[in-house]
Order: sequence, then structure tokens, then C-alpha cells
Amino acid sequence: MIAGISIYELLTLTTVIFFIGVYGFITRKNLISILISVELIMNASVINFVIINKYLYPDMLQGVLFSIFIIAVAAAEAALAISIIINLYRQIGSVEVKDTEIMKY
Amino acid sequence: MERYIFYIVAAIMIVFAIAAVNSRKMMRSVIYLLFVLMGVAGIFFLIDYNFLAAIQLTVYAGGIIVLMIFSVLLVHHIELELEIAKTSKRIITAIASLIGIGVFLTTIYSYNFNVIENTKTTTTAEIGEKLLSYSEGGFILPFEVISVLLLAVMIGAIVIAKGGKLTDKNEETT
Repeated sequence: MIAGISIYELLTLTTVIFFIGVYGFITRKNLISILISVELIMNASVINFVIINKYLYPDMLQGVLFSIFIIAVAAAEAALAISIIINLYRQIGSVEVKDTEIMKY
Repeated sequence: MERYIFYIVAAIMIVFAIAAVNSRKMMRSVIYLLFVLMGVAGIFFLIDYNFLAAIQLTVYAGGIIVLMIFSVLLVHHIELELEIAKTSKRIITAIASLIGIGVFLTTIYSYNFNVIENTKTTTTAEIGEKLLSYSEGGFILPFEVISVLLLAVMIGAIVIAKGGKLTDKNEETT
């Protein structure tokens, strides 16, 4: 745990970042920007896993191990999403959400 | 000392997160996200979990950001300004997000966490043993599942990104 910092301050930080991600997810109209917002949400949840493990159950490792799995799944998701975006750009020449009407391979 | 470092890192993260979802230039938005991710790594360093901080820096700052810059350069002109949502929609979403933050924070601050004072560091050896242990509470099964998932994603990403050409060739032969 961080000396002098309570768990409330850390949870406040992650809550704010999570809702900034939600705000971006709703207002953005571009697939890559939406992916950026999703990354923000994912990172907020990863910090939450780690700090709750470190502050409340310091003898256990479940939270810190699951954070590794979350990072692996997030990396996989980003790679697939970017390959889908590139393929979509080749087929319809745009990455705006409103132009995305087909998902047919 | 750690207190001030934490506040500086938190301020940087929040400012750049807001910049990342509001910037109208794609490339800048990705770079702002890079600063947020480095701030997350800083939090992990502060909390004495160096292994995950190193993973965060290599996987996110080194991998995903480069991938995103790559895709931005492939699908955009660098000076292209993004179209933004209607002002009314932005305001409504901002109000909804603020209400969400309020609900979360009242819930968090009204709950009395049973914090255990400690200065434990998580060593990499402990994590490795736990990941590979097949006794009770071990994580060998998720570890293997993740490795299969990564393999599947690697192949899937190549197939999807090459999609157009593969189908063209098939159509020519048939």
C-alpha cells in the first residue's frame, strides 16, 4: 500500500477515470476513439483489482493475478479490434460508426 | 513524499484522460492515452507491485499504443479533424457521467473498508509459483486458457487483416 494514501483516494481516482471512459465511449463517433475509451475503462478496473487486493487482503494474490489476465485479454482485444478496423477501412473506406453497416466477412 | 507523487500522478492521469476523450485530432488522442497508461504504471510502482508495472509499460505503452498509432496512420490523414457529437448530446452524457461518479463516490465513502496496514511487496517469484501451481487456489488453468486465447487471437488477427486478399485468391481459383 502507498504510505499516507487511503483506499478512498485511490478508488476516487479510478472512478473518475472509469466515467471519463464511459463519457468518451458514448460521445465519440470514430471506431479508434471508442477503442481508446474502452482501454481507459479497462485500466480503471485493473487498478481497482490491484488496490483492493493490496489494501484489504495483503496476504492473498488473487487480485494481482487476475490483473495480469485482464491485461492479456485487453491486449488480445485491442489487436483483434485494430485488425477488424483495418479490414473495414479497406472495404468501405471509413472508420466512422455511422458508415459501418456491414460486418460481413 | 509518496503522497505528493501520488497526487501529481493522479492529476496527470485525470487531465490527460479528459484530453484523450476530447481531443479532435486522432493522433494526439492516442498520445494522451499513452500518458494515462504510464500514469497507471506509476501507480503500480507506488503500490510496490513492480512486476505488473513492467508488464503495463511493455504491453500497453510498448505494444498497444504502437498498434494504435499504426492503425491511425493507415486509416487517417494526420491533420484530419474528427467530427464531434452534438453539443446537447455531449452535455447530457457529461451530466449522466457526473451523476454516475456521484453515486459511486457516495457508495464508496459510506462503506467502511477494513484496511489492513502492511508494507508487503509482491515478488515475481511468488506470482510465478502461484501461476503455475496446480494445487488448490492455483492458477494453472486460467494461465493455459490465456495462452490458447493469445494463439487464437494471433491467428485470427492475421486472417482478418489479410481478409480481402485471401477471398480474392479463392474466387480466382474457383
